[in-house]
Amino acid sequence: MALVELRNVSKIYQLGGEEIRALDDVSLDIDSGEFISIIGPSGSGKSTLMHILGCLDSPSKGTIQLDGVMIQNASARELAAMRNRKIGFVFQFFNLLPKLNVTQNVELPMIYSGINGKERRKRALAALEAVDLVNRAKHRPSQLSGGQQQRVAIARALVNDPRIIFADEPTGNLDSHTGDAILSLFRRLSQEGRTIVLVTHDPEIAAVTPRRIEIRDGKIATKVDLTLAGLAGRQTAANLSQPSPSA
Amino acid sequence: MRGLDLQSSQEVLQHSRAQFWITVLAGMREIWAHKFRSLLTMLGIILGVSSLVAMSAMVAGMEKGAKEALVAIGGLEKVRIESQDLPVYQRHLWDQAVGITINDVYALQASAPLVTRLSPEMRLPASVSAQGKTYRPWVCSGVWPVAFELSEHVVEHGRMLNELDEEMARNVCVIGTATRDELWGAPDKVGTEIIPVGETIFINGTPFTIVGMFKHYESEQERKTRELEKLQAQQQPQQNQTAVGVSRDRGHGGGGRRRGNFVFYLKNATIYMPLNTMWMKFRSGMSYTGFGGNFQQTGGAGGATGDPRLSSLELKIQSVDLLPESLQQVQNVLMSTHKGIEDFTFRTQEDWAEQINTFVRNARLSGGLIAGISLLVGGIGIMNIMLASISERVREIGIRKSVGASTSDIFIQILVESVIIAVVGGLVGMATSFGLVQMLSSFSPTDNAPIITPLTLLVAFSFSVLAGILAGIFPAIKASRLNPIQALRYE
Repeated sequence: MALVELRNVSKIYQLGGEEIRALDDVSLDIDSGEFISIIGPSGSGKSTLMHILGCLDSPSKGTIQLDGVMIQNASARELAAMRNRKIGFVFQFFNLLPKLNVTQNVELPMIYSGINGKERRKRALAALEAVDLVNRAKHRPSQLSGGQQQRVAIARALVNDPRIIFADEPTGNLDSHTGDAILSLFRRLSQEGRTIVLVTHDPEIAAVTPRRIEIRDGKIATKVDLTLAGLAGRQTAANLSQPSPSA
Repeated sequence: MRGLDLQSSQEVLQHSRAQFWITVLAGMREIWAHKFRSLLTMLGIILGVSSLVAMSAMVAGMEKGAKEALVAIGGLEKVRIESQDLPVYQRHLWDQAVGITINDVYALQASAPLVTRLSPEMRLPASVSAQGKTYRPWVCSGVWPVAFELSEHVVEHGRMLNELDEEMARNVCVIGTATRDELWGAPDKVGTEIIPVGETIFINGTPFTIVGMFKHYESEQERKTRELEKLQAQQQPQQNQTAVGVSRDRGHGGGGRRRGNFVFYLKNATIYMPLNTMWMKFRSGMSYTGFGGNFQQTGGAGGATGDPRLSSLELKIQSVDLLPESLQQVQNVLMSTHKGIEDFTFRTQEDWAEQINTFVRNARLSGGLIAGISLLVGGIGIMNIMLASISERVREIGIRKSVGASTSDIFIQILVESVIIAVVGGLVGMATSFGLVQMLSSFSPTDNAPIITPLTLLVAFSFSVLAGILAGIFPAIKASRLNPIQALRYE
């Protein structure tokens, strides 16, 4: 059984009487241990897909099974528990709490899962070790560089040992060098057996993942755009004389 | 299913307790991060709590003062027995009803142990004259010396009536200051205080020697006003000689001195003589207060051995707690001496005590209302600042939700912050109230010093906590219902 099973999922918004299909009849399986990227231009519905996969949002139609639990009709409390125990998020803008120090930020998910103080500290330090930031444990987020902040965010995503990690444009706010470091961190985590879903518009970033899913107009594109999917190299893309989306 | 397994209830409890303290700590940190803003918010609660405490302290002080005044006029222990018309079913016994007599006094002395003091009184509708002036005092009574103790009279000049005066039925009397004012002139009218001790006064034509004069009874307010005027008069002596001096006399009608509080005026307008004297000199011409027609046929015999009737009888019982028992005891004794004829009635001070209670209740209600409104305003202040705070922290709430905070986690977080503000405000307010009470009592120094009771503090504190909870609920609901996706996008 796949870790995530999406079956005929649609998300429909009513906007001024007009029906907008952010997701239209999407079916998708993600296996445990997969490293997968969801790619698509802005407005394609990839963020909506990630929100639904990440239990931040509920679909209008269709069924989702995450780690054996059907979540399409789950209550807000059950969704919160799923986010807390089975899902880790890494965001473009890091989303650390500025008033808390690095350790406290990493401990945050464990507070909501009710783990006691000693255990929290231990696991937070272990997670910081995994992202190589133990020496910054007492710093405030504002005292760290962008890359360091993103590593804190990854540590926070890891700390509750989730079944799946969603990274939404994790390098979007970083320079390319730091971005590469973050991507290699994800690759390493993938090699350690974690399931990671990378959401991006950038084919170069998508290129690091073995599996790519392209979303266009709320649907999974059947014909994969090689350039967009990052399957073609940079030169190839130029040879195809298509306007590169990343340009 | 691993993560969603049912936890044992103990684990859940432990978990929620730990989480609660983390939330409290986070709330304090949040409040500390906005020190000035939080202080301003707390100010509403501080003022509300301190005014509530100060208000009830003042009412408590007034209540104590009023109760003390009640004790001063004889207290609740004082009971008056008066004659009364016969009840309808005993009308046919009218010729057997003798009224209250000195024999009742002796019987009560012998058989009513719950009664500690007994004061018989014979009233005379008198007109007194001296210095060519005539005046009708409010009270002209023949009493035993014990009456002064019972009615809280203080002789300032001369002496009290004593047992010897009583035994010998001397023509002596003790007067109140209002009687002096009417006949000799009030101090602020004639300039000096006349003490007519040793003078002769004619009561219904019979000469009496004044042996004593009571102190001037007046309320606290009157005394203050008078002393202030005296001070002002000393400061500007030359201006006071003619017109100013006259205008200062605010006498009402014939009375030289301002009458002021009616109760105090009545207590001043008195003449007391020995009971025996009253009987000896005036019995034949006497009429009775509060009587039925059956009293008209006054027995002619004069002297101490003659008609033993009294106009009223005052007695003091051991304690207020025993009031019903004592009254029953007195009733039993009197029923036997009166041969079962109910021609007497009891007057207690309970009406007045009831009035004091009503006043205190009203004062407490209005004070509580005002303080309650200020607490309400304080609560609105908290709500306002919490709403501002959550709209600043939309993103934080989104982050917390994305890592697994449930709706109730966010709700509790905001509510706890609101309650912390209220609790700190309440504690500071209680401390402030002590200072406020000091300040208030220095503004108006009276005998009624405000009293802060632990109960008041407790009530005020719980109201502040309540205000915090009520004020926090709406912002907490608003915060907890934020959509995490929109909250995360919020800039």
